Amino acid sequence: MTDIVAGRVASTPVAARRVRSRVGFSWIVPALYIFFLLVPIYWLLNMSFKTTNEILGSFSLWPREFTFANYAKIVSDPVWYNGYLNSILYATLNTVISVSAALPAAYAFSRYRFLGDKHLFFWLLTNRMAPPAIFALPFFQLYSSVGLFDTHIAVALAHCLFNIPLAVWILEGFMSGVPKEIDETAYVDGYSFQRFFFKIFIPLIAGGIGVAAFFCFMFSWVELLLAKTLTSVDARPIASVMTRTISISGYELGVLAAAGALTIIPGAIVIYFVRNYIAKGFALGRV
Amino acid sequence: MARIDLADIAHAYGPRPRSEADYALKRIDLTFKSGGAYALLGPSGCGKTTMLNLMSGLLVPTQGSVLFDGIDVTEQTSEQRNIAQVFQFPVVYDTMTVYENLAFPLRNRRVDGAVLDGRVRQIADMLGLTRSLGQKARRLTADAKQKISLGRGLVRSDVSAMLFDEPLTVIDPQLKWQLRSQLKTLHRQVGNTMIYVTHDQTEALTFADTVIVMYDGRVVQVGTPEELFERPNHTFVGYFIGSPGMNVLPAWVEGRTATVAGHPISLPRTYEKPSGTRIELGVRPEFVKIAADGKGLPVHISRVDDVGRFKIARVRLAGHALNVMVGEDVQLSGVAAAIEFDPSHLHIYADGELVEGRA
Amino acid sequence: MDKVVNNRAWFMVLPVLVLVAFNAVIPLMTVVNYSVQESFAGNVFFFEGSKWFEQVLHSERFHAALGRQFLFTGIILAIEIPLGVAIALAMPRRGPWVSVCLVLMALPLLIPWNVVGAIWNIFALPSYGLLGRTINALGISFNFTRDVFDAWFTLILMDVWHWTSLVVLLAYAGLMAIPDAYYQAAKIDGASRWAVFRYIQLPKMRRVLTIAVLLRLMDSFMIYTEPFVLTGGGPGNATTLLSIDLVKMAQGQFDLGPAAAMSLIYFLMVLAMSWVFYTVMTREEART
Repeated sequence: MTDIVAGRVASTPVAARRVRSRVGFSWIVPALYIFFLLVPIYWLLNMSFKTTNEILGSFSLWPREFTFANYAKIVSDPVWYNGYLNSILYATLNTVISVSAALPAAYAFSRYRFLGDKHLFFWLLTNRMAPPAIFALPFFQLYSSVGLFDTHIAVALAHCLFNIPLAVWILEGFMSGVPKEIDETAYVDGYSFQRFFFKIFIPLIAGGIGVAAFFCFMFSWVELLLAKTLTSVDARPIASVMTRTISISGYELGVLAAAGALTIIPGAIVIYFVRNYIAKGFALGRV
Repeated sequence: MARIDLADIAHAYGPRPRSEADYALKRIDLTFKSGGAYALLGPSGCGKTTMLNLMSGLLVPTQGSVLFDGIDVTEQTSEQRNIAQVFQFPVVYDTMTVYENLAFPLRNRRVDGAVLDGRVRQIADMLGLTRSLGQKARRLTADAKQKISLGRGLVRSDVSAMLFDEPLTVIDPQLKWQLRSQLKTLHRQVGNTMIYVTHDQTEALTFADTVIVMYDGRVVQVGTPEELFERPNHTFVGYFIGSPGMNVLPAWVEGRTATVAGHPISLPRTYEKPSGTRIELGVRPEFVKIAADGKGLPVHISRVDDVGRFKIARVRLAGHALNVMVGEDVQLSGVAAAIEFDPSHLHIYADGELVEGRA
Repeated sequence: MDKVVNNRAWFMVLPVLVLVAFNAVIPLMTVVNYSVQESFAGNVFFFEGSKWFEQVLHSERFHAALGRQFLFTGIILAIEIPLGVAIALAMPRRGPWVSVCLVLMALPLLIPWNVVGAIWNIFALPSYGLLGRTINALGISFNFTRDVFDAWFTLILMDVWHWTSLVVLLAYAGLMAIPDAYYQAAKIDGASRWAVFRYIQLPKMRRVLTIAVLLRLMDSFMIYTEPFVLTGGGPGNATTLLSIDLVKMAQGQFDLGPAAAMSLIYFLMVLAMSWVFYTVMTREEART
């Protein structure tokens, strides 16, 4: 019969066996890719710390005459500071509006069938296809006529056009991953819909909300054409401030590079802060 | 099929285990006979799935070795060990039909043509899947999917062992019963070594000839279902098996007498004064009786639950809670009663472990 | 499959509907309005019927821009989708490197589009840019502002740099949703690496890949800012993709009517392609 010595572990730690090696060379692929992503950014930084003379005079992989002059030229202009604030403000506003409008809609798509649901979903998606290049003028007229031109809310609302469909889709994916039994149990336990939705359901898909918010912020932050069209002074986005600075300073590569580097920073900070959310959201499953 | 030996095996998930607490599975020596039906039973986190994965080769033990028919397979992959495993959640290849699913492990092993076809149809027939052979697997119900995962193991005629990791978790209760008896039948038909991990004692006791009870990374008892019931090696086994579990009362033991809450109880065997800080008397609710004449240990009845063929009385003996199984016909009146123990089914435990007495 | 039929769900969709319709329908109607009228000095309009549509559909210029657009979209999809999937497959599934990879890979996605153009402009300049200088140093003459092939090469490299991460993130999310048991079962079934990809990873990524292809398809048709900053549509008209052409027409030449007609035609085209792709993918999913 089976014989056992119900184990007591020796008090001295046993030499750990070498685990069968599964670490192959697959890390090379993402590593090379990340290298490819970082090289142009490095080059931008490199140029931004060089003097115009050095850029034009010699070719070097790192700045020989390290200078902050290019940055100084930009930061001394108060328009820059406001540009940052404006962009962050409308991107955040848009994220809040998009995600809160998308939450109930995504719930409806993930839990119910209703008249025209499939077509509606596709129609939402189609709004990403409208070419902003030609829609810019109508947008300008629309927001001028309702008196919202050059406000943050105008840009935030306009960006809903492509962000809401995306948020609905991402959230729908996460919500479909939550078993329906959870809803049913909550109703049996006497929860009202609102209480269930906010107390139970939202915490369950927190990761998904993080991912959706990240994408909304991202697309709102990087979009320029609509943002530029709908603003002039008070809500002017940072990227358009950058264009202006460059046209004033003429074609100076160093200043252009510094301006570019400065617009990357907020994005990098956002990613750094949401990185755990994103990783968790991804681990949670479907996007 | 094969005999499986776990020789002095231990496993830790971290890279450098220092103390005993780092080990998910503490040092274990265990043999599974060829063709046996085994169950690994224990609460979640007790190390049973770890042990299963060590056998299947999904994990390599931190120390010790795994032997199949005496051959060291510790460093071999699951494929080389030629085992089959059914997981908690049904794994089917969504884009394939049921037929292709069943044929998949054979095709990977370069079995083809008539041999493959015959084998697939035979297994489908055995599992009652013949009619859905042409269907896409993702369309099926959870129990049919689980049958497919099982079938992918059975289809290989030469597997060393079939391992089951809580395979009935996602199956509806009424189908659970059906699949469980089907598994038992299959074991008789195929005669393979089968190892079944579960935290459900009913599943373990109905499926297995030998049950291995695990707790906190250790094996606490190996035995037939009867042995586990009649003579639990450890108070944990007593609690975990049986419903309700064994009553365990602090006791003072000397010779043939145990003293519980000031009342002397005579024991079936003689005990030297057992060493250990915690001495306990264990008795299953089945072996406690309400004394008809009122002579016995005085208890206070706090509740009576009628569970069908019998009743369970929840009583208190000088502050200690006990469960007593009472026949349907026995009338309980009032809150006071007296109980007596069946002397042949009393066990003494020192620090949780069974103490052998002299006859 | 087992969803409850409930038409009151429309109320939950209502906020989304109102917000999107406000932004989508009114501007669309305005564009439709332009497309059937002739304008003088931007404030006098005459009804012109389908004149602009006929004109655009028969114009060489439109055909050329459309051809370039299809070529561009085809190339970037053919590169970004397989590359993104390959990178996602090679990424670690857990551990500290996951966050590092995700953060670094997401970086290009958060750079404003005109800055992306500027970065690549600086990077690819034949004399001052690392890329341009390196290629020239290898003895291959490279100048993306003069040579058509070089301009396309830079444009495509830039788009791959900018957007492959989106495919990676989506594909990675799809992969993470696959329970470990699938890999273990495949190992036990003796499946090869290819079989694991073909029968487990690819089917499970289908949904995210559908969306990745759709997003890249739509967005590549809309691409405007990056190539405008990088090449300005040149040399000549070599990299004048649809959106750039539209803006040239609408702003530079004040041809609102034809530009509107052209944008509607192309809107309908993208719509049709996406619809075909979407229905094929979802129907397959429903059938299998």
